[in-house]
Amino acid sequence: MSIETGYSKPLPHLTATNRPFWEGARQHILRVQCCGDCGEHIFFPRPFCPNCYSSNLQWVDMSGRGKVYSFTIVHRPTVRGFSQDAPYIYAVVELDEGPRMVTNIVGCPIDEVRVEMPVIADFEDITPEIALVKFRRSVPAIHG
Amino acid sequence: MSLKGTAAITGVGELKPSRDPGGRTTMELIAQAAVEAVRDAGLERQDIDGLVVAAPMSWSPMVMPSVVAEFLGLQPGYAGLVDLGGASAAGTVWRAAAAIKAGACRHVLCLSGEAQDPKTFYQQQRGRTPPGLSVREFEAPYGPVVANTGYGLIAQRHMYDYGTTKQQMAKVAVDERTNACANPNASFYGKPITIDDVLGSPIVVDPLHLLEIVMPCCGAAAMVVSRAEDATSTPHPPIHLLGFGEQVTHSIISCAPSLTQSPIAVTAQKAYQMAGVTPGDIDLASIYDCYTIMVIITLEDAGFCEKGQGGPFVQEHDLTYKGDFPVNTHGGQLSFGQPGLAGGASHIVEAVRQLSGQAGERQLRNCDLAFVNGNGGIISEEVSLILGNSL
Repeated sequence: MSIETGYSKPLPHLTATNRPFWEGARQHILRVQCCGDCGEHIFFPRPFCPNCYSSNLQWVDMSGRGKVYSFTIVHRPTVRGFSQDAPYIYAVVELDEGPRMVTNIVGCPIDEVRVEMPVIADFEDITPEIALVKFRRSVPAIHG
Repeated sequence: MSLKGTAAITGVGELKPSRDPGGRTTMELIAQAAVEAVRDAGLERQDIDGLVVAAPMSWSPMVMPSVVAEFLGLQPGYAGLVDLGGASAAGTVWRAAAAIKAGACRHVLCLSGEAQDPKTFYQQQRGRTPPGLSVREFEAPYGPVVANTGYGLIAQRHMYDYGTTKQQMAKVAVDERTNACANPNASFYGKPITIDDVLGSPIVVDPLHLLEIVMPCCGAAAMVVSRAEDATSTPHPPIHLLGFGEQVTHSIISCAPSLTQSPIAVTAQKAYQMAGVTPGDIDLASIYDCYTIMVIITLEDAGFCEKGQGGPFVQEHDLTYKGDFPVNTHGGQLSFGQPGLAGGASHIVEAVRQLSGQAGERQLRNCDLAFVNGNGGIISEEVSLILGNSL
């Protein structure tokens, strides 16, 4: 994984609330908030639990494992920087722990990605501060 | 609070969509439609005492209702803004009725429109999102394509869960195009297509093809919503608001409760219940069709078929104005065009035309009750309306 220079795609802005998520990603750890009162896993990061409004939240490490909840293959991107990636896989992954997140499936030919395919987090280092959380297949091949 | 019988649509105005604004501004397009609607209702400027504006996507000044009121020479006793994406236009209608019920006004102008330049459409969308919001921090880095990627995800999961096919989705686009060929104001008037045309068009976001995706264009629409007591001597028969339902569930797609079950399951039921009708009573489904899959999901969630059977339903039924189950007889946004949020208004305007016998060549023989749906974001914002030509 190399640090790209001249990266032209949108990057996240770190805020006081989401900083622990991106600092985890930089260390190649996928972590999300968990509510100390109701046990809800929370994604995206918030200053309170969107389920019970408790502010008793802890950051917890996820297994990094999940499944493709759905995917689409982008053939016609419109945002600068993505043209050279097309066709690329844009997906919603459901983590084993429950939360869903938007991501890209990488290292998988576009005709082999499937709904419910098992995946595991794969971090792409972009800048010294930012690594994006992407996913790759967690099994070598998909049959059927 | 039931709004049944409170108010009626007494006039509409709608510009023919165009690819190029021709030097006209969003304000000018909206105002032109507004003037047409006031005339259509047989009213004068002084009669209009309420205003609800759907927030244009490309132009969002502060205190927008006053900007629009000033341009139109109005001094309304109720002025509001609705920002529910594609559901905004439907949202203006029940809010107008609620304001009437509250005694704030008698004749409300509901406006939407856009003079977007198709060449810069996608850049405009991006510029609106401030840092810190979920869509910018947790979606944008992964390459979404406005709403296209969201509906690609929805279509893919619907195919997985229910076996919906690409041919079934394409059938929606084909039938809507047949309808557009009976609507001289439609963008794709005179250009019929086949299922092979749809499936042969470029794949934009697999599994969705170019001809399954709305085309951004310019235009505007306006409706006059009048107090029921003041809607008895208007030039056209009043089209009554019989029921409504609204729900907002999320903003970004990873927070959607489901990708295949929309909040329409809730909003349609609320609307039917208020109107005292069932899906079997409906003569016209005028439903938000930003993508072909949205028609299939709406037909399911609004109760016209079982959940998951939307694909076979559109395959087995003729959705044209000549058919056994008419849907979007104006061509839908897929073939009429999507002039910003006036695209969502096109479903209401068409329902009014059909219910009042003004639909010309595509007029349905029996049309007394219409189900209208507005859908915003990624099945995020839903507004369902029941409109009828009698109480």
